[in-house]
Amino acid sequence: MARFGMVIDTKKCVGCMDCVVACKTENDVPDRFNRDWIVQDVRGKNPDLQMEIRSERCNHCDKPPCVYCCPTGASHLHDLGGVVLVTHDMCIGCKACLAACPYDARFIHPDGYADKCTFCIHRIEKGLDPACVSVCPAHCMNFGDLDDPNSRVSKLLNSRKNHSIMPEAGTSPRIFYLV
Amino acid sequence: MNPLSRRKFLKISGATIAAAAAIGTVSKALDKSDSKRKGIEKIPTFCDICFWKCGAIAYVRDGKLWKIEGNPIDPLSKGRLCPRGTGGVGAHYDPDRLRAPLIRTEERGKEMWKEVTWDEALGYIADKMQKIKSQYGPESMAAFSHGLGGNFLKHTLKAYGAINFAAPSFAQCRGPRDVGFRLTFGEDVSSPERTDIRNAQCLVLIGSHLGENMHNSQVQEFSEAVGNGASIIVVDPRFSVAAGKAKFYLPIKPGTDLALLLAWMNVIVSENLYDKEYVEKYGFGFEQFRSELSSCTPEWAYTETGIEPELIRATAREMARYKPATLIHPGRHVNWYGDDAQRSRAIALLNALMGSWGRKGGFYYPVSMDVPGYPYPAYPAPLKDKVDNPNKKYPFAHEAITTGIREATLTGNPYPVKGWLVYATNLIQALPNEKITRQAIQNLDLLVVVDVIPSEIAGWADVVLPESVYLERYDDINVEWFRDSFVALRQPVVESPHDQKPNWWIAKKLAEKLGLGNYFPWKDIEEYIKHRMTAAGLSFDELKKNGIIPGAKQPNYFDEGVPAEFPTPSGKIEFYSVQLQQAGFDPVPKYKRPAPGPAGSFRLLYGRAPVHSFSRTQSNRILSDMMSENELWLNADVAGRLGLKSGDYIQLKNQDGIVSNKVKVKSTERIRHDCVYMVHGFGHTAKGLKHAFQKGASDSQLLTRFETDPLMGGTGMNVNFVTIETEG
Repeated sequence: MARFGMVIDTKKCVGCMDCVVACKTENDVPDRFNRDWIVQDVRGKNPDLQMEIRSERCNHCDKPPCVYCCPTGASHLHDLGGVVLVTHDMCIGCKACLAACPYDARFIHPDGYADKCTFCIHRIEKGLDPACVSVCPAHCMNFGDLDDPNSRVSKLLNSRKNHSIMPEAGTSPRIFYLV
Repeated sequence: MNPLSRRKFLKISGATIAAAAAIGTVSKALDKSDSKRKGIEKIPTFCDICFWKCGAIAYVRDGKLWKIEGNPIDPLSKGRLCPRGTGGVGAHYDPDRLRAPLIRTEERGKEMWKEVTWDEALGYIADKMQKIKSQYGPESMAAFSHGLGGNFLKHTLKAYGAINFAAPSFAQCRGPRDVGFRLTFGEDVSSPERTDIRNAQCLVLIGSHLGENMHNSQVQEFSEAVGNGASIIVVDPRFSVAAGKAKFYLPIKPGTDLALLLAWMNVIVSENLYDKEYVEKYGFGFEQFRSELSSCTPEWAYTETGIEPELIRATAREMARYKPATLIHPGRHVNWYGDDAQRSRAIALLNALMGSWGRKGGFYYPVSMDVPGYPYPAYPAPLKDKVDNPNKKYPFAHEAITTGIREATLTGNPYPVKGWLVYATNLIQALPNEKITRQAIQNLDLLVVVDVIPSEIAGWADVVLPESVYLERYDDINVEWFRDSFVALRQPVVESPHDQKPNWWIAKKLAEKLGLGNYFPWKDIEEYIKHRMTAAGLSFDELKKNGIIPGAKQPNYFDEGVPAEFPTPSGKIEFYSVQLQQAGFDPVPKYKRPAPGPAGSFRLLYGRAPVHSFSRTQSNRILSDMMSENELWLNADVAGRLGLKSGDYIQLKNQDGIVSNKVKVKSTERIRHDCVYMVHGFGHTAKGLKHAFQKGASDSQLLTRFETDPLMGGTGMNVNFVTIETEG
């Protein structure tokens, strides 16, 4: 079975937010909410500075605390690629998952359910990339099967130095950043 | 770490979870769906959120606009739009849009209107225009226009006899650059820029913040170059996004760029690092140029720029290592200090030393398709000269100067200007010193604004005409000059929600009211476009279906067969410019130290964000969700000294006592201690822009001073200084 993840090239990313905008229109994300966001991680002292720009979202963790803590089973790992999803009509909006997520990737949709990145499951079912990946003008985002050694994402991870975010949280996140 | 605070702290993409007042997706905000349209339609068009004109595919779901993607066959977008283009959906659904024609009911600037019919509005305008013509002559009706959309309106005015047309894109943006390159190579950099970024092995950015300045093709190529391992050199007082990708970052003292450029050339010439064959073959006046540079050593430049001599040498050598695939980017918005045409000429000269003009990885030769214009009747012969540049005061201005028209309107010299038609450019925020603009407006008998949103300039108009947004209209076809030639079509995707009309319709109806209907012999714009396409031997149906018709591949570089011709007076690349010398200017650029600001003040710098275009997009709800207000970038040490931290609201006071709206502090290491920075386009004061009203501060409001470029009349605007006023 596939294990979907993302590999994002922070060298090529310019932090333009096209990923955020595209997610919003693709998925009709309500005004004032976003499922993904940009982080500009600046280190050093002027003028000796380094900056890493990251497009962040739900990490679709292998060990997802949001799924483990869900009292109704609304949060679950989908059969397709292990994508972490929420079944809207099973969600009671209790926010346990919001508290459990170390990445603060979730919010309560105005219609009452916990919402977040779905890896554009409706697109990947058709063999398309998630919207954020497909629009990126910097071509810095890559989506695919982390368990397939021949996938683009696996090859990138094997050939470039990379990291995930807060691996110490122990959730085995599936979004990796090339540095 | 507390996850909630982490997200709040790190996330810059606008929305937070709390404080959600009006909830809804933009697609629910406005309901005028066509119930007859079912399922998903994909309609090709091209974008108008900026002027880059990227090919797009708009998706309509059950008759309602859903999303917009890039058109894969478009050479500009290559199937990927920028965030503004993707967020173009929000332009259609913007609840603050102009809805119906308006006529002013109280004094100018009070923004009090009555809604009128199109017939009444156009009749009113035609009547006033006839009066201006009979009293002052048609030359006294001027127009300011930005982008492709203004062409039909300008056609109407030309038929009427108007001759004064200007856009801020010259004297407030790229004009100095094009003048500097013309004086050197005989040709403009043009737009889209002919910069071969994707093939550059060394890319030098001077204040040009690609990635934040989101010109799609350039940013795509920038990322490609970074991915290919190109050596990036960034010169900027602010650690820009591009600086974060750079091998060398030069945090230059603002206003001293020309000193650095001269020192770079000094090193390259004295160490014999330039492309000798190229310079000998194509150059004119190289020996005089060389001797002019002799005093411009890195040690001299260090005292001006603050950049260590060894860093100047190292970067000069780095550039030379990759020549001719070394591109010193000419920038775009380059009206900074009033010496801008000469600074741009120095950039041109540095490129000439690298041999990059006409070469791969430098500057390519753009190509186009041959599509004849529509055969209109001849325009009336002008009886007067243009008003913006009397006696060629600015001898190298090759386009009209906006601020020159403003000056003539204010003074009545060389003759009075009594009418302005303003299309899609917010002059209040685009021109420096808003007070002069307002005073000039008081001398007008007629101010007409055609726009999609109630901008600040619309607030001063006598008549406001609401235009359909680009997703709801045809425009003239785009016959682009780019790497590859093509024709592109903008066509309606959805209907306008209210009584908005496309500019071609407005122009045609106004011409009819003026008795100039014979200048619009076509029934509608489809007939017009078909005529042009047929004349070019191209299919309108194919264009409608695909959005783009590509042309044949043509050479882009000298070594592909482009003739190395330079339309300068000498026919060569002019290292020494006799025409500048004869006009009384420096034949080789000379550095002049910029005037310092008052003690304790900061130089005010401004720039772009990737999610907004000028002051035109802040009410777009999608783009506003990305960035709803601008921030004041302030050096972290300085902020600490002033007792300020990120998130505090302050006001700025400039050297002339003008106080800004409140703006949030961004305390950061990413800027020098002697300047502050904000993104342009915020701090709206127009009441109709309900969503954007007074969010952030307006840099334009603080630009009361400007240094005029003596070569071409551009207004250098980085010459204003501010102090920080804390509340209470």
